Amino acid sequence: MSARSFPGRRILLVLYLVFTLAPIYWLGHMSLRSNEAITGAFAWFPESFSLANYIGILTDPSWYDGYINSIVYVTINTVLSVTIALPAAYAFSRYSFLGDKHLFFWLLTNRMTAPAVFLLPFFQLYTALGLIDTHIAVALAHMVFNVPLAVWILEGFISGVPREIDETAYIDGYSFPRFFIRILLPLIKAGIGVTAFFCFMFSWVELLLARTLTSVDAKPIAATMTRTVSAAGMDWGTLAAAGVLTIVPGALVIYFVRRYIAKGFAMGRV
Amino acid sequence: MSVAKPVNQRAWWLVLPVLVSVAFSALIPLMTVVNYSVQDILSPSQSVFVGWEWYKEVLRDPELHSALFRQLIFSAAVLAIQIPLGIALALSMPKEGWRSSLVLVLLAMPLLVPWNVVGTIWQIFARADIGLLGYVLTQLGFDYNYAQEPWDAWITVLVMDVWHWTPLVALLAFAGLRAIPEAYYQAARIDGASRWAVFRYVQLPKLRSVLMIAVLLRLMDSFMIYTEPFVLTGGGPGTATTFLSQYLTQKAVGQFDLGPAAAFSLVYFLIILLLCFVLYNFMKSVGAGEQQARSA
Amino acid sequence: MDLLSWMAWTAPVAIFFVCIALMLIGMTIWELRSPTVPRKGLLPLVTTRGDRLFIGLLLAAYINLAWTGVTDLTQWWGAMLGAVGLVCVMRWG
Repeated sequence: MSARSFPGRRILLVLYLVFTLAPIYWLGHMSLRSNEAITGAFAWFPESFSLANYIGILTDPSWYDGYINSIVYVTINTVLSVTIALPAAYAFSRYSFLGDKHLFFWLLTNRMTAPAVFLLPFFQLYTALGLIDTHIAVALAHMVFNVPLAVWILEGFISGVPREIDETAYIDGYSFPRFFIRILLPLIKAGIGVTAFFCFMFSWVELLLARTLTSVDAKPIAATMTRTVSAAGMDWGTLAAAGVLTIVPGALVIYFVRRYIAKGFAMGRV
Repeated sequence: MSVAKPVNQRAWWLVLPVLVSVAFSALIPLMTVVNYSVQDILSPSQSVFVGWEWYKEVLRDPELHSALFRQLIFSAAVLAIQIPLGIALALSMPKEGWRSSLVLVLLAMPLLVPWNVVGTIWQIFARADIGLLGYVLTQLGFDYNYAQEPWDAWITVLVMDVWHWTPLVALLAFAGLRAIPEAYYQAARIDGASRWAVFRYVQLPKLRSVLMIAVLLRLMDSFMIYTEPFVLTGGGPGTATTFLSQYLTQKAVGQFDLGPAAAFSLVYFLIILLLCFVLYNFMKSVGAGEQQARSA
Repeated sequence: MDLLSWMAWTAPVAIFFVCIALMLIGMTIWELRSPTVPRKGLLPLVTTRGDRLFIGLLLAAYINLAWTGVTDLTQWWGAMLGAVGLVCVMRWG
């Protein structure tokens, strides 16, 4: 037995996984049943496998456009956030400069503003710029909370790279951009993966800003769900199927970055 | 300890893109909200300067006091459950191989569910007529109904938040644990350290910085929780699950009292700012103390 | 384009933000002229000048809010008290 384990760990883990999966199982269960069956009788397992709810969603552009919109702005946001956070994280990690600590704390405070009231100024700002109902507007708005997080996480990873590596590279005649791209980036691949995962996650799950800044052309899937539900009474089956489909991209992303997460976050900071 | 970082003012250029992009989307709306908070906004083109009036109103609003109280209890409960549970989960996860990957993927699923869908999932899951949880509880003889019983609603929102966010703490803690070199454990084994001693003196100090991220994120986000309870309970029954954001939104959107709502959100911001500032410095000083103790 | 009108600017708020900006500029110049030495004062943590300014401003904001919330007297007294608090933190914090 390793020094890391404690008694009952298996039981805890299994119980917790059951707890995590039960609501998701139930969502999948609902998505396979018709509305009459759902409200009719309770059942532990679906009586029959009917994909009608999924077919309904995947053949209706007003539904699947939502997925495409969400994926587009989330991707733009993730790429932009990680790109501009990298040099900043390097600066925070390697140098001390005027006001660095205050700047760092200020960045964090941008996660602290309650959205309800800020929605209107956001709307007006992006209207004034003519960006309303575009993917870029949502991507930019989500950068407010993703960029600080990206800087925070990347700073930990870059601090884990010994400073001697920078110095050696400069002595070898590397310019800063070349050193950054050729030497530093490959060393913190895991960190970039983890950071991208978090940016993707927080942008994918956010609804209030995304809904406020879009109306038709860039409307996210989560917003489509709220509208359809209230209009058609309670269409539990379609709602559940749409819910299942919103989990799929996330599950794919986490599958791809699982190794990076396992490799260790904030390796330097710890 | 590492050598002090060299001073280099040119580093500002590297930070500039971040500064500009965040300031653009953060400062302009913030300034606008400050402007709203001192005016009576009758229509987009018509407003009257009222000075401190809204702050007076907001600060003496008994409903806000009770919403703040509920919020503090809720956030405290969230931290008290999720941080220890997350650490325990991280300690019990398999460290390598396909089992590790599988557990990671399964565990992280709730994090990737859009927030309103989280509400929807729990709505479906907890209803007494069609939901697994509600059905089982009712069959077991509990008089459970989150839509009518304030206490049930409160617990349901808390359990939902635990379901939703404990994986974040677990992932961060797991990654932190993985970064501890094997040599530390070997040294502890030679010293004959107990399991608890290993946790307390090897693992916990090494987890400090990831836990700081986890605690601050959970504090901020639980303090602003809105979408999930809005879908699940709508703040009800009564005001049982009306946390600060719910109340604020009722004011801003429901009653279109933009001025008071703006004053409210600035007060709200100051509260979170103070809490995070205190916590940030407290955790930093704890860390510094431990480092000194070790080098002494 | 009415880039500014939607922000609903009012003179007091504009003055407030200009003051904050001037303070930041002033602190920067001061810092460049004579760099701060971190110290431990009355506050339970080691602070630089910038830290003390931030804590002082936060304190002043809370004093103002408390004044508004508790008394009906004019806000100027609250503002004055806040300013005194700010100076105290800067000097002895």
